[in-house]
Amino acid sequence: MTHLLGVLAAVSGDVGSIGKGLVYGLGAIGPGIGIGFLVGKSVEAMARQPEAAGMVRTTMFLGIAFVEALALFGFVLSFIIK
Amino acid sequence: MLSGILAFSKPPAGFEAPGTEILKTACVIGDGTYCVNRVALYMFLSVIIVLGLFLAAFRKPNLVPRGLQNVMEAVVEFVRNQIAIEVIGPAGVSWVPFLTTMFVFIFVNNIFEIIPGIQFPVNSRMAIPAFLAALVWVLFNVAGARAQGLGHYLRNTLFPPGVPVALYVLVTPIELVSVFLVRPLTLSVRLLANMIAGHLILTIFFVGTAYLLAKPATIPFAIPTFALSVFLVGFEILVSVLQAYIFTILTAVYISGAIHPEH
Repeated sequence: MTHLLGVLAAVSGDVGSIGKGLVYGLGAIGPGIGIGFLVGKSVEAMARQPEAAGMVRTTMFLGIAFVEALALFGFVLSFIIK
Repeated sequence: MLSGILAFSKPPAGFEAPGTEILKTACVIGDGTYCVNRVALYMFLSVIIVLGLFLAAFRKPNLVPRGLQNVMEAVVEFVRNQIAIEVIGPAGVSWVPFLTTMFVFIFVNNIFEIIPGIQFPVNSRMAIPAFLAALVWVLFNVAGARAQGLGHYLRNTLFPPGVPVALYVLVTPIELVSVFLVRPLTLSVRLLANMIAGHLILTIFFVGTAYLLAKPATIPFAIPTFALSVFLVGFEILVSVLQAYIFTILTAVYISGAIHPEH
């Protein structure tokens, strides 16, 4: 059985790009789940109360913008990591 | 086993994936730290385009709008009804000129990403989003101070009413950081990162397609990548509109929060 640390040592030449991938991948998990919940609940609200759809849509975009910012921080950080 | 997979999954020799160096530009006029580069020229161009659009549309307005005037009236009406009045309320009408100008300026700067011959989103350089966010920061603070008085505005923002006194130890630092530091930071980084991501994705897909076309054996793989590249161009148009919309609506939300005290 291959030891995990041995494998990691074997790929030491290009650890930076693995780190970049990890930073963005881990940073995108939370916002991904969050935006899924957010849009799903908004669609539910719009279906239940179509006359409030305009207000719900505006608030939904606001929420998406706030949640998305976290994923984008991960994206920017993945460039900063050397 | 693992090394076999790694060797197989590596891109074929000769392909260099484009990185952030595609966002660096050389000086066009002058040299040194302060010079006019390609991005600054595009920004001047976008200023001329925005000015020209509004002047051409509204210099001689007709009662029954046609052509360009129709389009620009739809834009102004959208910002007025969907952003200013929806978020700020009746007081938002006086903010419509500023919000409309900013919406159109950001949109033109974003859409340069897919205009053939330019293909560089001006907002993917930090200077313009950072300046716009700083402008918004000054504006909503000044608007709040003018609407409520400086002391009252700061007290309402930092010590929101309706909170138990003991909790101010926790609430005030959070409000201080989130209102005065995080707001301009997220506002600028959101726009910047979206535009960098879009530019990088488009570049990688088109460069990759061109690379796959170079050898007869890989041409079949170039067809789906090209189809996806075209789809991504459409997606970037959507992102350009959406980011301009989000920047404008967040500005409206910040202004609304500053001029309407929470009782």
